[in-house]
Amino acid sequence: MKFSEAWLREWVDPDLDRDALLQQLTMAGLEVDGVEPVAKSFTGVCVGLVESCEQHPDADKLSVCTVFDGSERAQVVCGAPNARAGLVTAFARVGAVLPDDFKIKKAKLRGVESRGMLCSAAELGIGDDHDGIMELPADWQPGGDLKELMQLDDVTVDLDLTPNRGDCLSLKGIAREVGVLNNVTVTYPEIHPVAPTHDETFPVQLDDPADCPRYLGRIIKGVDLSRSSPQWMVERLRRCGLRAIDPVVDVTNYVLIELGQPMHAFDLNQLSGGIVVRKARSGDKLALLDGTEVEPDEETLLITDANGPVAMAGVMGGERSGVQTDTRDVFLECAFFTPLSVAGTARRYGMQTDAAHRYERGVDFDLQAAAVERATQLLVDIVGGEPGPVVDTSNADHLPVAPAVSLRQARLHELLGVEIDAGQVDEAFARLDLEVVERNESESGVEWLVKPPSHRFDIAIEADLVEEVCRIYGYNNIPFTTPTTDLTLRTVVLEASPEAELKKQVAASGFSEVITYSFVDPTLQDLLDPGHEPLTLANPMSSEQSVMRTNLLPGLVDAARGNSARQAESLKLFELGLTFVPGADGLVQQQFLGGLMWGRRRAESWHGGDETVDFFDVKGAVEGLLAWAGVANVGYVACDLPVMHPGQSAYVTVDGERSGYLGRLHPEIEKHLDFTGVYVFELSADVALRKPRRIYDGISKYPSVRRDLAVVVARSVSAASIEAAVRDALGPILVDFRLFDVYEGKGIDSNEKSVALGLTLQSRDATLTEAEIGHYAQSALAALEKAVNARLR
Amino acid sequence: MDTQPILDHALQAVADAADLKALDDVRVRYLGKKGELTSLLKGLGQLDAAERPAAGARINEAKDEVQQAIDARKQSLEQSQLAAELAEDAVDITLPGRRRETGGLHPVTQAMYRIEEIFVGAGYGVVAGPEVENDYYNFEALNIPAHHPARAMHDTFYFGDGTLLRTHTSPSQVHTMEAQEPPIRVICPGRVYRRDSDITHSPMFHQVEGLVVDKGISFADLKGTVIDFVRKFFEKDLDVRFRPSFFPFTEPSAEVDVQCVHCLGEGCRVCSHTGWLEVMGCGLVHPNVLSMSGIDPEVYSGFAFGFGGDRLAMLMYEVDDLRLFFENDVRFLRQFT
Repeated sequence: MKFSEAWLREWVDPDLDRDALLQQLTMAGLEVDGVEPVAKSFTGVCVGLVESCEQHPDADKLSVCTVFDGSERAQVVCGAPNARAGLVTAFARVGAVLPDDFKIKKAKLRGVESRGMLCSAAELGIGDDHDGIMELPADWQPGGDLKELMQLDDVTVDLDLTPNRGDCLSLKGIAREVGVLNNVTVTYPEIHPVAPTHDETFPVQLDDPADCPRYLGRIIKGVDLSRSSPQWMVERLRRCGLRAIDPVVDVTNYVLIELGQPMHAFDLNQLSGGIVVRKARSGDKLALLDGTEVEPDEETLLITDANGPVAMAGVMGGERSGVQTDTRDVFLECAFFTPLSVAGTARRYGMQTDAAHRYERGVDFDLQAAAVERATQLLVDIVGGEPGPVVDTSNADHLPVAPAVSLRQARLHELLGVEIDAGQVDEAFARLDLEVVERNESESGVEWLVKPPSHRFDIAIEADLVEEVCRIYGYNNIPFTTPTTDLTLRTVVLEASPEAELKKQVAASGFSEVITYSFVDPTLQDLLDPGHEPLTLANPMSSEQSVMRTNLLPGLVDAARGNSARQAESLKLFELGLTFVPGADGLVQQQFLGGLMWGRRRAESWHGGDETVDFFDVKGAVEGLLAWAGVANVGYVACDLPVMHPGQSAYVTVDGERSGYLGRLHPEIEKHLDFTGVYVFELSADVALRKPRRIYDGISKYPSVRRDLAVVVARSVSAASIEAAVRDALGPILVDFRLFDVYEGKGIDSNEKSVALGLTLQSRDATLTEAEIGHYAQSALAALEKAVNARLR
Repeated sequence: MDTQPILDHALQAVADAADLKALDDVRVRYLGKKGELTSLLKGLGQLDAAERPAAGARINEAKDEVQQAIDARKQSLEQSQLAAELAEDAVDITLPGRRRETGGLHPVTQAMYRIEEIFVGAGYGVVAGPEVENDYYNFEALNIPAHHPARAMHDTFYFGDGTLLRTHTSPSQVHTMEAQEPPIRVICPGRVYRRDSDITHSPMFHQVEGLVVDKGISFADLKGTVIDFVRKFFEKDLDVRFRPSFFPFTEPSAEVDVQCVHCLGEGCRVCSHTGWLEVMGCGLVHPNVLSMSGIDPEVYSGFAFGFGGDRLAMLMYEVDDLRLFFENDVRFLRQFT
């Protein structure tokens, strides 16, 4: 809501300077979002009278004027088409400085001397009208101070109003609020009924009185719409952020800003039968004033005549019945549509009009009679015409009845945390036009029963009154305390790591945390998780952010590629976040931990290590993490995810259940991404956040002994199967198993490999004897032979 | 018998020995079984008996003197050798060490954890919630019915099936109140989404919601908590002011302005020369919201507040463009490690 400060002060002028007034509005909940001067700064410009205006001898488009500035006469060459003798206009004398530091000097234009300049509004930074020099009121005295006469020391204030304060969407509402805040009287403009000069009316029928309980109509005959709106009105509208269009639109806009009542004017001769206000039916079509055509749905409230819809109620008028320059007779509509009937409509059709904005927040339902008279008077003054009688078609059963709301003083005290005198509450109610219909005093304090005024749609329950009293009392006058509570201790779950601990652990192992968008590019998503159909946004910001990630790879890959393009040498990134996987039983939103490694294993350094990361780096990272988490029974089995390298990837299993995967991206995917050597992992956060309770297991008092075995097995035999065979065979006596060498090559058959194992044996009961040690080594060997066909090298 | 010439030679030889080997040769030459001084002792028999004791004593003195010189020389040679060895082993201590590189937490995460820590210390619980929500939890249960104009304040991302991306963490209030009996003290940090993108808006950002429900919770308690938090978070005794505002799920509602942490109210670029920063919205929980979640508003009251984690992170780290948080440039991220 934009308004002019000067206009506001005509109604209510508290003893506050501009800054203080605007600050007061902000602190009252009417947030000042912007303040713009109504004119740019200039000096040396006064009212000038063009006494004569002759054609320039050497230029068709220039004229030579004699301008009187109240004391002297100056010859001025002017190019404006509207320069003419008798015109009162803005005159910049020699020495004047116009906006943007434009200095007016004596000049010669095509050989004719020019002393000063006649100015357009745009040249003075008063709006953007540069069609001609300003046309000022004929009775303004030459030499008068333009700034003062035009009240140019004014600002356009832009209020960012919250949806509950529809009552402040007008100058009247803002003035009322300023009056309340300063406890000063507001002088509202007097609105007198305009006597009808004929008795023609147009029938109105309310078929949906629940949505439109009141509709005032009035015919004005014989208007002359070729005239234009007066300068003062155009200027006021401009200062409220509105552009002048034609007298009818300007007047309805003026009333909208002044009183907050949206109105519409129809060309009476384009209407037939009568007005029927009803919900849309199938088959209804409406061409709107902005050129769009709609087939309104059945939720939509319409204004119709015998030939069908003529307007979308409270939102926008139709083209067929719109007022044109040649319109002679006008039918004015001034209605009350309920907030619910308009709410949503504007958004459904994408038409956020000023009218809809006000109706859906609530227009004062007692305002229509005054508004229609105000509009009539303004219109007749500008374009003439003969007004008929105002016809008020109302259905009292459906007009809003603001139920009385009660406020208990004890509750007020309890909710605000401060005792407020009943007298202060009485005063707040009086200032806010909240009519006290009942006031009972008892031991527990006063209880008020209050009826909200017709302009307030946000007072329905006790809490609303608490807020009103609090506002008037002053939010910043409420004391501050800290809540007191039982000092109940919190439960700290033993068998779970806080998310923060997990993240810190991952960070400590070299990964930088990234936060990537949950919505990603569908192409990238499909490339990195072809198995899942992602959840798609109906209204994304862009197609690159239109589907919800089903895994963390798109964000990680995108972040890594970006950094690689910015010359990063190595990357270790991780993210912890939700993934969104649609399934038969609905959407699964599960938290995952994802990581990506790429580039050098270590930063370049004098101690060498130029290798790039490989499978075992990413596996080591996951192993380390799961070891930190204390997760036992972890397995790594071949992974068949299409995005992963078939020979360098693994599913991570915990207790046999797949809990994630790791490895290198499939070379085809890397080719697509134009990004190679990318190693990733993803783990269910649930698994990484487990922290099984540790239980002390004792320490053996006896020495351990190590035996190394070198065995030859087929190349296809996995390390895991070798370890499993040995562990199975030896049981708890084997306290450590190390596979410390894998050799393929000279001396070994090309289908085989040699594997060196280090077995550490230790008993809890005694020092192991040589015989026992030999026995265990033999058992291990036998088990290996049986399980993986191994032989001693 | 004059031992002096031999002694002089011996001492000279000791002094001249350049290493332990040469020194040992000197020892053998003078003190060995066939050494020159040892031989003198053997020659004592040829002397008169009367001279023998004195001569023997002189020889032994000379032997002792040589032995002492050898010991001293040996110690000195050993020390030099050690010193040479140590010098050999010296490294350039200014070369960089073998470091295990560490990563770090995202600055927004760090700010969010700081916030959590402050509240957890006062006995608040931390709860999480889904990011794809349904209309009920994001709007209806928060007193924002279908056609409420407040919906326009939330540029909501929708999915075709009626679900949506939560526009605030406030749905967690509802989940919490449905699951828990008062007294309730929780904060709900998390990602939220709105269709907006510029230097101060990102379509995805972070919020922290706070909720306290108990008997006798007042607006004064809300003010106290908010002011306390702001001052603890910034570790500055900042001015805080409350402005009436509107949120459908609180009544009364307030917008909270904090004295600019950067210029302390003087006016600067960070606060757009107003001296104030708008940091959060808050209010007393609307009775309708309490009722819908099964809590009797006649018995209990509560307050709720919500603020942007990214916004606080920006102020804390003096980051001037919100979008940097989501570009994940490691040159940016590493500055917070």
